[in-house]
Amino acid sequence: MKQFFSFIRKEFSHVFRDRKTLLMLFGVPVVQIVLFGFALTNEIKNSNIVIVDNAKDMASQQIITKLASTQYFKINKALLSSSQIDDAFKSGDIKLAIVFPENFYNDLLHTNKAQIQIIADASDPNTGNTLTNYVTSVVADYQAQLNATIKAPEQINLDTRMLYNPDLKGAPNFVPGVIAMVMLLVCVMMTSISIVREKELGTMEVLLVSPFKPIYVILAKAVPYLVLSLINLTVILLLSYFALDLPIRGSLILLYAESILYIVTCLALGLLVSTGAKSQYGAMTISLVGMMLPTLMLSGYMFPIENMPLVLRILSNIVPAKWFYIIIKDVMLKGLDITYIWKETLILFGMAMFFLMLSLRNFKTRLE
Amino acid sequence: METVIRTKDLTKRFGDFVAVDKITFEVQKGEIFGFLGANGAGKTTAMRMLCGLSRPTSGEAMVAGIDVYHKPEDIKKNIGYMSQKFSLYEDLTVLENIKFYAGIYGLTDKQIKDKSDELVEKLGLQSQAKVLVKLLPLGWRQKLAFSVAIVHEPKVVFLDEPTGGVDPSTRKQFWDMIYDASERGITIFVTTHYLDEAEYCDRICIMVDGKIKALDTPFQLKQNFKADNITEVFYQLARTAKRGDD
Amino acid sequence: MRTLKFLLQKEFRQIFRNKNILRMMFMVPVIQLIILPQAANYTIKNINIAVVDLDRSSYSSKLVNKVLSSGYFKLAEFSHTYKEAYHLIENDKADIVIEIPQGFEHNLEREGNQKISLSVDAINGVKASVGSAYLTRIIQDFNGQIRLDWVQPSMMNQMPTIDVASSNWYNPNLSYYLFMVPGILVLLVTMIGGNMTAQNIVIEKESGTIEQINVTPVKKYQFILGKLIPFWLLGVIIFTLGLTIARVVYGIIPLGSIALLYLFVSVYLIAIMGFGLLISTYSETPMQANSLIFFFLQIFNMMGGLYTPIDSMPAWARVITDVIPISYFIKVMRMIVIKGSHFHDIIPHILIVLLMGVILNTWAIINYRKTT
Repeated sequence: MKQFFSFIRKEFSHVFRDRKTLLMLFGVPVVQIVLFGFALTNEIKNSNIVIVDNAKDMASQQIITKLASTQYFKINKALLSSSQIDDAFKSGDIKLAIVFPENFYNDLLHTNKAQIQIIADASDPNTGNTLTNYVTSVVADYQAQLNATIKAPEQINLDTRMLYNPDLKGAPNFVPGVIAMVMLLVCVMMTSISIVREKELGTMEVLLVSPFKPIYVILAKAVPYLVLSLINLTVILLLSYFALDLPIRGSLILLYAESILYIVTCLALGLLVSTGAKSQYGAMTISLVGMMLPTLMLSGYMFPIENMPLVLRILSNIVPAKWFYIIIKDVMLKGLDITYIWKETLILFGMAMFFLMLSLRNFKTRLE
Repeated sequence: METVIRTKDLTKRFGDFVAVDKITFEVQKGEIFGFLGANGAGKTTAMRMLCGLSRPTSGEAMVAGIDVYHKPEDIKKNIGYMSQKFSLYEDLTVLENIKFYAGIYGLTDKQIKDKSDELVEKLGLQSQAKVLVKLLPLGWRQKLAFSVAIVHEPKVVFLDEPTGGVDPSTRKQFWDMIYDASERGITIFVTTHYLDEAEYCDRICIMVDGKIKALDTPFQLKQNFKADNITEVFYQLARTAKRGDD
Repeated sequence: MRTLKFLLQKEFRQIFRNKNILRMMFMVPVIQLIILPQAANYTIKNINIAVVDLDRSSYSSKLVNKVLSSGYFKLAEFSHTYKEAYHLIENDKADIVIEIPQGFEHNLEREGNQKISLSVDAINGVKASVGSAYLTRIIQDFNGQIRLDWVQPSMMNQMPTIDVASSNWYNPNLSYYLFMVPGILVLLVTMIGGNMTAQNIVIEKESGTIEQINVTPVKKYQFILGKLIPFWLLGVIIFTLGLTIARVVYGIIPLGSIALLYLFVSVYLIAIMGFGLLISTYSETPMQANSLIFFFLQIFNMMGGLYTPIDSMPAWARVITDVIPISYFIKVMRMIVIKGSHFHDIIPHILIVLLMGVILNTWAIINYRKTT
């Protein structure tokens, strides 16, 4: 047992002596949390729009003022005619154009009917759609103001509640995803590289001829990365709690227990990669291309899985991060307990066992 | 006699560490000049300064009549260099390597063709001229690297532990090539671990802790230190070293 | 000039002999351009909705039918209570719960107004906002309809109504591929251009051949040009490959001038390869270069405006997007391909990227020391 601890100590000193790796270990999650949490929002705001006001009357001015007072739009400049809209879009920043017809207010007053034209740059379909919706609702608001004196019959009022994330921030969606990614990075990439490095240097042979069971050599490799991952998890949780105001609604113990399960899965994958890779460089490539890329694409936090073609949807099921992402989201943001996530937990557990067995078997055959 | 390398109090510091400490020596045209020393004695650093790869901290140095401070780039036309690290392109063939280095040294197309034919024949690599260098045995690669280092007939060639890891018979062949080059008037500046190789040099210089501790012909050195061979001379001097092997 | 010829000859031989580079050149574009756009599809459809209809009146069932037949929503379940439906949200089975209260029809007719509650799982903000906006529009439509059907038209006519006509230019089918594929192609050119340049030089560093070159009369600029020209050409080839895939697989044909696209990619490659060069001067081993590239690529990936609009980012984040070249290329690419923008529209972007190229390359050349 004493030997085992001295082994683990050796592994720790490897990790902590390598500054560049440490930077990567702790720099990447911090940068990701900051970028994802603060910079990326799914909200669409501050969009540049142009207005072709052929009416220049009270109603058009009032609507323009109303639009400008929202945070969604920055009214760029007034265009003289609709023929300039195309040029405005082509020059880049303009996302939407609104055209008021001549005699807008007049028509509204006398015929009770007037039309506004909205032209969206639909290059980005979601932005185009969302901005059109915003303008429509601002106009509807204005109309309601006009009609305030007349009581509309059969009015349906909507009471919309945004659960878990009332401000529609990007962070709640991304943070669980970042946690899953970072752990994968630490456990798969770092572990496999560290094992392959020992193989390359020939020190692995020295360890294996020592009177030590190979299983302990592997365990000693794994423990430091398990600890590092837990530190990383804690850093991310603290950061998202204090800096991003993200609540942790569920049980912390459950959160950590599920994380350890996921970490073990990742460590097994790291071991598996190390048995297949010939060089450190190879281990890195397999980890990045074979593990990181599918995880980034198919775990559900970057891209919605339900929109994917069937093949990708089926493939996403073998990505451990997908299940962990669901678990973390449920525990952390929805505050659910184990009764809701036992299925995902079981799948993850199965994966952990499978990969562990596979990698241990491969490790042994490589030795013989 | 024409002096090809001349240094005076040449020094290189890395922070507080004095890697090369005021070395002064001259090397004549066509001479085979051996540079001996334990690991970390400063041999490689001294050589890198003379090649223009590393800027001296102080002191003077002229190589092929050119000052290393002011015109390090001009030196490069007049020298060849072969390092302990293998320095040919492994994913190019024998012929491609020769032609490439001949080309960047500014040889004409005619010269390149003649030279590569000559080298391939001299090395006995006719059948392997179109083989990737990484597929050649180490000894062949080293001989090829040496040939490539002098493809442009430089005034001086610097060899940094050229025979590391090579078997004795290939080493012998390698030294034959060195003699051959020296006879053509190319000055050879060589560092080595192998103390028996030192006997092949015209003069040798032994460095300890960045300083020159002895500089003479092998015969004279043995006389001065009352030793049977250079190995003994070396151990007498190396015992005074303060820097350990690194 | 002669020296450069020999350097280029050597570089091309090495590239075409390296199976990994060739594999990367063909595999990565295919994988990225064929799989990634399938995954990166933010079209909001198939929103799962749980319906709690406590009224069970003709109004409420008409409304539910309207919602479900709109094409955006998929019925998760008819729940008996809100609690049941909320359970579905917790289990990720439903995204939105619509709760129609008891007495809905009755109150609407007698009292003149009635409330409907929507509860939206907002962890994914886009889905939540787009989904609830669709639902709101459908319910408002329904509201208008019942007024027309049940209320005297004369009364309606007294009310001024503003009709909003909207149209979507450049992408009338609202295709996500048209938006994503050009952007992903930019990411591809960036990854390959930056990474290959950096790796290549660091590998020479590690194998020691760079030191051999350093003692030859080859000038710094010659060596660097000898590296940049082949990779520049590779970048252009990959770009061409990407455009071909976009055309064949997705039917995307640039609306604007192809020559303009090539002009921009030419300038852009200089900048991004300068970046790769810079990375290589700061790393000793391919591993280090790889880590650095990976670190920066993920920032480029996130901050370049590929997935989320730059306009919505906070001011400090927009500063980052201003200093990374990829954001300009993504923008210009979309401008030319989707909207058919002209030369004068993209001139400022070309100039900025050109300036970045000059800065990055100068920095790299200064930092690439022949002497230590």
